[in-house]
Amino acid sequence: MAKSHKPVVWFPFAAGGTVIAFFIPVIVLLTLMAALGHAPAGLDYANLHAFAANGLGKLIIFGVVSLSMWSSAHRLRCTFYDFGVRADTAVATILYLAAIIGSILAAIYLLRI
Amino acid sequence: MSRRPLLREFPPTTWYFRQPRYLRYMSREITSILIAAYCVLLVFGLHSLAAGPAAWEAFLLTLKSPASIVFQLLVLIAAVYHAATWFNATQKAMPLQIGEYFVPGAMISGAHYVAWALLSFAILFLAGVI
Repeated sequence: MAKSHKPVVWFPFAAGGTVIAFFIPVIVLLTLMAALGHAPAGLDYANLHAFAANGLGKLIIFGVVSLSMWSSAHRLRCTFYDFGVRADTAVATILYLAAIIGSILAAIYLLRI
Repeated sequence: MSRRPLLREFPPTTWYFRQPRYLRYMSREITSILIAAYCVLLVFGLHSLAAGPAAWEAFLLTLKSPASIVFQLLVLIAAVYHAATWFNATQKAMPLQIGEYFVPGAMISGAHYVAWALLSFAILFLAGVI
């Protein structure tokens, strides 16, 4: 029986780091194109809605968003510590809670589509 | 006989200015701030997508504000920096050994870069950009 809860935090962190590295740059590129007035067809309401209405699409979006949030929460916790904030338990609680709430919200929105 | 533990004094908020490698570590750390903020934006986007075409168009319109463009440019830089440093670290984090032979680190990181490029192109293709 494992006596540390670290793997629970660590696995989504490592998975999230990989997901961020592979997916977030290209996703930011797409939204940035839309922001600069060259919206890609994939960000049209009809196309994106059709993708998110599909079960596999929902799963992909949820995986990318929730793992990225969890990994970011874990990294932010370390960043707070490195900048001299020593209230680690409070910081960890707030950030992990935020990541969990964000993931639940993402799931709710996806299920509405 | 008493043994005193080794205690090193270090400034808790400015320690990373001591060495360039600490600064590089910290510059990677702070990319998490931008990426976390962008994740919040993605959740807002999902909310708008679920709320219907009008809400989605309004969301796309808010993306066009100058502040949002600057923000997204910074996130893009942070995300690419995160990705590059992450893939560079893979050869240390998961070294591959086949029998007596260690797969060269550059090949492990290189494979990740290739996969990253292919995946990004696939997504750009599916999104109708290329």
